[in-house]
Amino acid sequence: MNKAATSVQPKSNRTLRPALVDLLDRFSVPILAFLVLLVIPLTLDVFRLGLAAKYLCFAFPAVGIVLIWGYGGILSLGQGVFFGMGSYMMAMFLKLESAANPGSSSSTALSAFFGAAGLPDFMVWNSVEELPWFWEPFHHVWVTIPAIFILPPLIAFILGYVNFRNRVGGVYFTIVTLSVSAIMAIVIIGQQGYTGGINGITDFKTFQGLDLDNDQAKYVMYLITASLLILAVLVGRFILKSRLGRVLVAIRDHEDRVRFSGYDSAMFKAFVFAVGALFASVGGAMFTIQVGLASPSLVGIVPSIEMVIYAAVGGRLSLIGAVYGAFLVNAAKTFFSENFVEYWVYFIGALYVIIVMFLPLGLAGILDKLRGSGGRSG
Amino acid sequence: MAVDGLTFSVEHDELRVVIGPNGAGKTTLLDMICGKTKPTYGSIKFKDLELSQMVEYQITRAGVGRKFQTPSIYVDLTVLENLDISSPEKRSVRGSLFYKRTPEITEKIESIAERISLQDDLETKAGTLSHGQKQWLEIGLLLMQDPELLLLDEPVAGMSARERELTAELLKNIGGGRSLVVIEHDMAFVKMIAQTVTVLHQGRLLAEGSMDQVQNDERVIEVYLGR
Repeated sequence: MNKAATSVQPKSNRTLRPALVDLLDRFSVPILAFLVLLVIPLTLDVFRLGLAAKYLCFAFPAVGIVLIWGYGGILSLGQGVFFGMGSYMMAMFLKLESAANPGSSSSTALSAFFGAAGLPDFMVWNSVEELPWFWEPFHHVWVTIPAIFILPPLIAFILGYVNFRNRVGGVYFTIVTLSVSAIMAIVIIGQQGYTGGINGITDFKTFQGLDLDNDQAKYVMYLITASLLILAVLVGRFILKSRLGRVLVAIRDHEDRVRFSGYDSAMFKAFVFAVGALFASVGGAMFTIQVGLASPSLVGIVPSIEMVIYAAVGGRLSLIGAVYGAFLVNAAKTFFSENFVEYWVYFIGALYVIIVMFLPLGLAGILDKLRGSGGRSG
Repeated sequence: MAVDGLTFSVEHDELRVVIGPNGAGKTTLLDMICGKTKPTYGSIKFKDLELSQMVEYQITRAGVGRKFQTPSIYVDLTVLENLDISSPEKRSVRGSLFYKRTPEITEKIESIAERISLQDDLETKAGTLSHGQKQWLEIGLLLMQDPELLLLDEPVAGMSARERELTAELLKNIGGGRSLVVIEHDMAFVKMIAQTVTVLHQGRLLAEGSMDQVQNDERVIEVYLGR
């Protein structure tokens, strides 16, 4: 462990270092805001900005996982489900908008030709003749946006509370979340006529009339995403700094003791699980609006596990770390899939093993170590 | 069946010690009172409340505090934070999100820290305390809750002789009209604190009375010494 820490220590002035680390720590939120709100949009071209936007969307579930797993001690392998819910709800809205405006895309023109105007193209191909009832509410933006913010946390809260109340915790709850991810992916793939199946929902161009392919729109959406992410980090900080944050740590340590201190611990765990679902859902919605896709490959077991890895790489006790973790792992993923596609899975597996074995607190752990050793030397 | 056909009652302001050989059902008795284990039949009354129908946090809020055999404290929190989250205000999700420590609570934390001899360790991570200090801290957590009934399972296990004496003083002077039920193996310690002693054997009541009475009871001697 110490070896790993010393190998990354810079050889510069030894007394300057801890001060620098302290500074990085104290201003971690302003630094992050500076990077994502100014440096990235000012330095990257539109294509790279799109990639950065995608990475930031994956940071939302990772920030939630820090709360749920790092502090609450609940390992969820189902955050893809909530990411997917936000993603699909946004996709349903965008798809209906594009279906209502034939001519905005070629495939809707095709469905208009078949006499099914207003119906999403994949439904026409699957001989679905009427819009299913659960699609109806997503005609309206003021139903869709609240639904993205309310529905996933509500479902997470109920799922969490029922399980935690009945003392289903630890590994067993992890298996429950894993099963939910598997079920959601299977249902989406199986119900092709209603969900777009394995292809997902794609091919939409506008949001409330705003052309999403327009460069300016891309910058606007990027800035909204980055601001929401900073907001999520601040909400997470507020929770962790409150008494609730300490109760969470206490539950992780000794849940029995917390119950015998008069807390309904199941309620606290369900609450933080719901907050994690909220973040994931918002990330999913922003993903769909910017990448132009909702896909079952983002809700299943593998993406859910990847989200946990983002948090582990950044440091599972660091909200900010999770953002850097999501960014770095996804940037690495892009690099690998551009150059050596077949090695990606091995890389991510090896990365996880290395983190768990040598850096259990991730990137944030390196900072802590630097400060720790710096503190001792002077 | 660990406890069967047992009738047991504790008065207001009483300090009761429960002894008995291994497997007598002492811990199970406490587990049932505080809600950790549900009795298959029978009744557990605390004031006017039927505890067997309630869950742990409700029983705690009604005024029953439980100390476990192995110290169960929050090792990742400081002594101060340990005591702070045990104070009975704002125990709901919303309440705890907006909780602010009042001067009264700070004062209470400081006075309890003094009683458990941890006043100089408020900023220490609880995980780094000695075993005896952890035991005291858990008693401190209980005191923060202001319970009317304290259930203590072997509070001096693993303590030095000096620590035992201090603990005996602490328990004897707990006051405030609180009732205590203490499970203990260490007879020297029992003698230090006991007013009334209950002896359990195989889940049933074997004897009850003062320390002298119990020690001279034929059946108790038989169970303990196998004569």
